[in-house]
Amino acid sequence: MEYAIIFLPLISSFISGFFGKKLGDKYCQIFACLLVLISGILSLFIFYEVLTQDYSSNKLIFNWISSGDFHVNWSIVVDPLTSVMLVVVSLISSIIHFYSIGYMSHDPHKTRFMAYLSLFTFAMLTLVTADNFLQLFFGWEGVGLCSYLLIGFWYKKPSANSAAIKAFVVNRVGDFGFAIGIFLIFFFYGTVNYHEVFQQTPLFIQKQVIFLGIEVNLITLICLLLFLGAMGKSAQIFLHTWLPDAMEGPTPVSALIHAATMVTAGVFLVVKCSPLFEYSQIALNVVATVGMMTAFFAATVALVQNDIKKIVAYSTCSQLGYMFFAAGVGAYHVAIFHLFTHAFFKALLFLGSGCVIHSFDDEQDIRSMGGVWKKIPYTYTLMVIGTLALTGFPFLSGYYSKDAIIEFAYLKGSNIGYYAAAVGIFTALLTAIYSWRLVFKTFHGKYNNKKNSLNSIHESSSTMLIPSCLLAVGAIVTGILFKEIFIGQDTQFWNNSILFLYQNHHDHVPIWLLVITPLIVILAIPIAYYLFVKNEKILKNLILKHQTLYNFLINKWYFDDLYNFIFVEPIKKIGLFFWKEGDVNIIDRYGPDGLSKLVKTVSDKAVNFQSGYLYHYAFVMLIGFSILLTYLILY
Amino acid sequence: MNFPILSAIIFIPLIGAFFIFVTKGEQKNVERNSKYVAIFTSLSNFFLSILLWYFFDNSTSDFQFIEEKKWMSGFINFQLGIDGISMLFILLTTFIAPLCIFSGIHSIKFKIKEFLIAILVMETLMLGVFCSLNLVIFYLFFEGGLIPMFLIIGIWGGPKRVYSAFKFFLFTLLGSVLMLVAIISIYWITGTTDVIRLLDGRIPQEFQYLLWLAFFSSFAVKLPMWPVHTWLPDAHVEAPTAGSVILAAILLKMAGYGFIRFSLGLFPVASDYFTPLIFVLSIIAIIYTSLVALMQDDMKKLIAYSSVAHMGFVTIGIFSLTKQGLEGSIIQMMSHGLISAALFLCVGVVYDRYHSRMISSYGGLVNIMPKYALVFMIFTLAALGLPGTSGFVGEFLVLVGALQKNILVAVLASFGVILVAAYMLWLYRRVIFGKITNPEIKEITDLNKTEIYIFASLVFLILFFGVYPKPLFNTIDISISNLINNYQADLSFHLVKINN
Repeated sequence: MEYAIIFLPLISSFISGFFGKKLGDKYCQIFACLLVLISGILSLFIFYEVLTQDYSSNKLIFNWISSGDFHVNWSIVVDPLTSVMLVVVSLISSIIHFYSIGYMSHDPHKTRFMAYLSLFTFAMLTLVTADNFLQLFFGWEGVGLCSYLLIGFWYKKPSANSAAIKAFVVNRVGDFGFAIGIFLIFFFYGTVNYHEVFQQTPLFIQKQVIFLGIEVNLITLICLLLFLGAMGKSAQIFLHTWLPDAMEGPTPVSALIHAATMVTAGVFLVVKCSPLFEYSQIALNVVATVGMMTAFFAATVALVQNDIKKIVAYSTCSQLGYMFFAAGVGAYHVAIFHLFTHAFFKALLFLGSGCVIHSFDDEQDIRSMGGVWKKIPYTYTLMVIGTLALTGFPFLSGYYSKDAIIEFAYLKGSNIGYYAAAVGIFTALLTAIYSWRLVFKTFHGKYNNKKNSLNSIHESSSTMLIPSCLLAVGAIVTGILFKEIFIGQDTQFWNNSILFLYQNHHDHVPIWLLVITPLIVILAIPIAYYLFVKNEKILKNLILKHQTLYNFLINKWYFDDLYNFIFVEPIKKIGLFFWKEGDVNIIDRYGPDGLSKLVKTVSDKAVNFQSGYLYHYAFVMLIGFSILLTYLILY
Repeated sequence: MNFPILSAIIFIPLIGAFFIFVTKGEQKNVERNSKYVAIFTSLSNFFLSILLWYFFDNSTSDFQFIEEKKWMSGFINFQLGIDGISMLFILLTTFIAPLCIFSGIHSIKFKIKEFLIAILVMETLMLGVFCSLNLVIFYLFFEGGLIPMFLIIGIWGGPKRVYSAFKFFLFTLLGSVLMLVAIISIYWITGTTDVIRLLDGRIPQEFQYLLWLAFFSSFAVKLPMWPVHTWLPDAHVEAPTAGSVILAAILLKMAGYGFIRFSLGLFPVASDYFTPLIFVLSIIAIIYTSLVALMQDDMKKLIAYSSVAHMGFVTIGIFSLTKQGLEGSIIQMMSHGLISAALFLCVGVVYDRYHSRMISSYGGLVNIMPKYALVFMIFTLAALGLPGTSGFVGEFLVLVGALQKNILVAVLASFGVILVAAYMLWLYRRVIFGKITNPEIKEITDLNKTEIYIFASLVFLILFFGVYPKPLFNTIDISISNLINNYQADLSFHLVKINN
């Protein structure tokens, strides 16, 4: 069964990639959807078995690399944590395969798209089912590759190509840390197998190593390096710049890769490595701090963006920040719970945005929308459900997971926990504002589009709406259904897949904390409605008054310009310098060219000796003779 | 087995070349016949080497299939023999040679008969390098390889071919003269040039340093290491596709092989002493040439510079002297052989059709050449070391090995991996993606049947060894263990001597 889950998507990718033309678009799409759907249903089975019978398995496929004592296997491991990820990945992937049939209906390259999507699913599944760090890295880079291919799917657009390269290279920066982390693990533990590494970890608690001249604790060092990888993949602050640009890809891609699955791989990594992180308070604090900063930063930027997909992208960034600070305060299971619910409502929001973009005939700027909620009621409903779930409106999925994060952070009792809770609450307010801004600007107010007439706005096809409805159901019910299982007081679900060194108590939550977030979230709705629909003047005045702040936000805190200035331009200049000055002007000039010139000059000079005049030769002979004579006399 | 299989493998191409040489008659018939002869000999040689691999015993580290013929008695005997390390290089050579012949048949427009002779002679010489167990024989094959390569660049090369050929010759000859001197002095010191005896016996420590430097100067140029790498981009740019492929895939590997077999084997004390030098030069090579590669506007030059960077990983792996590092560097050489061959063939494909190597001439090729775009993508990814391709296995193990020796080296080398991604993807994007900006390239046709077969075989091997590299590891495993054990034993032997 495990084999089927993993390899069906690969087969699907293979068939659509190589036989897509022969099969024809339609059969190819149906085939791909079916295979991935089977994989999704099988993962539900596995999840059910894990839930009811504590099922777990470890299947060895074959040996991958074996050099000296370095042994790595291809294998499939199922434990509770993996089973949750299997469900998220394969289920949402199959929904999005269906959605793509509708979304890509006007595109000439449907089979290629299906091939990439299925390949992505395969890579993501190998990532979550690995039993060692190297296979994880294989999946890690594999999803990165698919993300690269899908962001650049519309290869005629230069911006899409740049975004694709940026995504890959920024991720490589993270992977650089990740890889060094793996090297260190092998160097000290002599293995890269999870189980063996985690078992040995308590032995290394006191171990100090010298890394680049600095003495640090080994476990802290490894955790921080692994976390660098996680930051790249999960678009955390400093390495987040690729995610908004990645929105150049088709919307189903944004939903699957850049919201529900791939970007959460970083969170998965941290949770999976909880047996390492638990032993390093410093690393956990870094995780929590980075998470907080990202959550806050991304939310502020999302407030002022005008591209519908970019708003949702920054929102993803921000929600990933929530997951990280949950992990950072030791509430790994809550992080995974939020990952789980987030996958549904964020994918829903993206698919909804995709429907909106379709309805407006490829318009993405929310300033050119508005006033169409009656024209496209289904899309509108979907977006509202998604927004309610995202903002944490009571009893929808986001409410359970996000509030739990804030509560756990608060109950941690440490300074960092209080900060995290405070930032969490404030960010929840920002989240509510930018989310409702999106909804109101898109669907309410005046109709602002100049390209299309109001009458041409149309509802999307049912192949797009039905999958979105499935996600909407998920966004509504996953919170209530799985709350007890995932984060309940005495849940035994996680078994050994997550290590909690310190028990998280979740009983005495102060009432004010329980009430404050939902209250803020509900109050935010009328406020947002007033600001963005009823009385837009207030905002305009505010922007005029605080022009610098506004510019700061709309330019995304100037991260892109800064990186361009510090890294991209200097690297180009250095490259040119090494080439023109180093290679051409120094090495070649004094190397081969210099040598040949030297030979030529010397021989030119030497030619002068053969003048042909007898008295020249006689003179030289005389000098030579006298030198020889002098030498003999003196010595 | 008494059949002299190694001699057969070495000299079959030469016999083929001889047959081509003596064909006479009408121009057309001669060309056709020589093509068939060349294809037949190179392919049969490939199958013979597969057979050799089949009979190869990978449970022993001794040299196998040994042959010995008296030549100049005592001084030079014609000795052949292989261990696991040479085995893989032989396979690589016999695999790449037919590819070059196929590619040459398509793209070489004049003197095709002579071209095929040059390639076959080249194959003989390269195989000789990997099989010989006598220093003088090794030297003859090693330097003999210069001549056909010189001719290939000088006759069938681009407009600046004379300058490039000259530069190539000057650089490589300079190093090899020193190596010749070293070989003669080894004979003076030990009284033999037999590699097996030299590996057992110990060259006195005081001589090792100079001898090591002499060998190093030859290998460093061939590999090439920074700062003697500048001949490589020029040679690649001017060489015809087949020439570039041989150069990148095999010629560079002879130096890597030389480092493993001779520098480590014969001069362990000096190798240990000079390891920091190698590390520094390799790190500079990786970062410096990656940055230079980023700014290239000529496709071949870019790939040439990336070769220098990749070979930097190889030297780091070799001198890390750990099992992972050494095995990684051999895997890296194999995979770089396949990948660089593939990339140069890719450039050759568009060069044959449009006669430009400039990146800016292209753009948007995916619109008209989807198959080409696919294989080029796979090779690009393999070059940047994506897990699942053979490039990853080698690079990763090299870094694992390097970290055990020195953390800083591993960190800096890993940094190069980021740059590789940047310049390879940027190259791909400028050539393949985008809209067609140059109206003249609209006429370009996609890959033909032969090209598809060539590329498919390369793709298959790159992916296969990326997922299941075990056959490679099995072949080299014992030989490498033995090499490391001997090295450590020698080192401690000399250290004990010093302490006493």
